[in-house]
Amino acid sequence: MTTKNNTAKQDNPVIELHVKNHPGVMSHITGLFARRAFNLEGILCGAMGDGRTSRMFLMVNEDKRLNQLIRELERLHDTICVTMRNDVHVDAFNPLHI
Amino acid sequence: MKRTGAQIITTLLERQGVTSIAGIPGGATLPLYDALIESKINHILTRHEQGAGFIAQGQARITGKAGVCLATSGPGATNLLTAIADARLDSIPMVAITGQVTLPMIGTDAFQEVDTYGLTLPITKHNFLVRSTEELLEVIPEAFSIAESGRPGPVCVDIPKDVQTAEIEFDAWPEPGQKIPPMQPEPSDIEALAAMLNKAERPILYVGGGITAAHCCSELQQLARQNNIPVACTLMGLGTIPADDPLFLGMLGMHGSRSTNYALQEADLLLAIGVRFDDRATGKLEEFCPDAAIAHVDIDRSEIGKLRATNLSVAADAGLVVRQLLPLTNRANRAEWLQRIAELKAMDPKMHRHEDTHPLGIIERVSEIMGEGSVITTDVGQHQMWVAQHYPFRKPRTLLTSGGLGTMGFGLPTAIGAAMASPGKRVVCFSGDGSILMNIQELATLADLNLPVTVIIMNNHHLGLVRQQQELFYGNRINASRFETVPDFAALARTFGVRGTNLGSETDPKSALADALSGSGPCIVDMPIDHVRNVYPMVPPGAANYQTLEGAAHDY
Ligand SMILES: Cc1ncc(C[n+]2csc(CCOP(=O)(O)OP(=O)(O)O)c2C)c(N)n1
Repeated sequence: MTTKNNTAKQDNPVIELHVKNHPGVMSHITGLFARRAFNLEGILCGAMGDGRTSRMFLMVNEDKRLNQLIRELERLHDTICVTMRNDVHVDAFNPLHI
Repeated sequence: MKRTGAQIITTLLERQGVTSIAGIPGGATLPLYDALIESKINHILTRHEQGAGFIAQGQARITGKAGVCLATSGPGATNLLTAIADARLDSIPMVAITGQVTLPMIGTDAFQEVDTYGLTLPITKHNFLVRSTEELLEVIPEAFSIAESGRPGPVCVDIPKDVQTAEIEFDAWPEPGQKIPPMQPEPSDIEALAAMLNKAERPILYVGGGITAAHCCSELQQLARQNNIPVACTLMGLGTIPADDPLFLGMLGMHGSRSTNYALQEADLLLAIGVRFDDRATGKLEEFCPDAAIAHVDIDRSEIGKLRATNLSVAADAGLVVRQLLPLTNRANRAEWLQRIAELKAMDPKMHRHEDTHPLGIIERVSEIMGEGSVITTDVGQHQMWVAQHYPFRKPRTLLTSGGLGTMGFGLPTAIGAAMASPGKRVVCFSGDGSILMNIQELATLADLNLPVTVIIMNNHHLGLVRQQQELFYGNRINASRFETVPDFAALARTFGVRGTNLGSETDPKSALADALSGSGPCIVDMPIDHVRNVYPMVPPGAANYQTLEGAAHDY
């Protein structure tokens, strides 16, 4: 499990997660945010390939608790990889696009 | 071969080496209980699921292997929650199996349906809702592997009734779940750690339950001795170094000795191993070890830097780190630092031998009677802190106490589990008249098993620790912490068929206590104590650790 850092454009930080795909995984992830009253500004999620794993993008606000949150996301049993992205445009999360 | 889900579960548990599980049956676990009849596994019928959870914990805290408990869906599962949360906060390996309503009924508010997956999600290391009988072959071994690997913790496996009853055909049994060997630390980290230590003039080791979990107490002691580093323990770390070791500083934090907290204040290096900078240990964090460089070793990377920035961090198994550190550290005598510590210790209130009716006196008497290495469990409150401060623990896994969650009701069922896991040895539970009533029903389980467990109830007719805080921090406005009714515990014990004695009314309390701690089978001891006694020293909640409140002379 690794945390990579891709820096590019200035936007809200986005956490990219590669996780095992099953019905409870979303709750495990969002639970870490909810217990801290930490709002998620946007969520994108989809299954990959054969459906055994999925990729998730969480848009958040800058917060000094982010580092700790990322470590706890990495600790989750279902997490394969966590990557911080600064190159995802906020429009990707715009619900009006759907 | 062809097996039902229930048969698969019991066989996988057997293959995992599980010899006993504690629980209470119900509709959603009936298939499993039926399969248990054919199994070699011994089932311990408790009187409340929380009792089953703590029995599993008692076994796990002694053996280091995952304990197993079993509850039905709905109220069975909710009754387990406290014991699961407790295991999570103290990093205790446990596998909790819960029955669930059938798959088609899930989500319909069926009778005794509760979202066990959702409820256990934030209090387990990991949890599963099993969706097919085939999945059991994967999930059960994995649950054990997760519970015991890395930083241990509880795993909940929720199994719908139809998953238990369905029969499947399969070729071979999976391998039992194994503890995954921890990753090796980076040699450069160990070298940097050694350099920090060799350069430090006033280092302190700050150690906790991670040392016990990593089985590295003797290496820790070797490190402390060859380098003359004083050792401060958390509540969970007591027993990792013998209480009579000259380098032992005792417990740090809220009820730690003043000298220990002062020494930490003066340290120039804090070597923190298997600890998590809990607020009860550090006091006001910004003022904890203000002059020290911090080196933090923990197997859980997310503990490092969580609360306190470090100068050096090593996310690895404590045992591997300490073993590799040993050959790299110089011998040092640190005469000046040890001299300073001796000066600080000399300023602590003098400890005399206490009279038999004093809470510290009874702890002394019990420790004089019980052999070194005897297992002590506690409940939560003043009695717990007195035991932590005063009982001479010399070995790991001899103090079983609810450190992180602070769960009243922990002591009795945990003592039952501990006694099951240490055959032939008497286990002593120190409790209070508040805590004991929280799982008093397990006296029936204890009577069933006739185990050598002695429960000593320090009876002050109060929720003592609450009363103490009301006295000290709320202008002595005592509210809801004094009991109107306190049962006759000795008589109560007898109604369960258990020996009971009240040391306050015995003509020869000394021999009554000796009797209670010997012979066969359980015994309940009611020990009346003066309710005005407080636990000192005490750092007020939120204050810095040097802001210690001391009691009057009679409190020691
Ligand atoms: C389940 C639970 N409820 C409430 C508390 C809060 N609490 C902490 S200590 C304490 C008093 C414990 O009283 P007792 O068991 O009689 O022990 P004493 O302090 O008198 O030694 C209470 C109520 C708790 N720790 N656990």
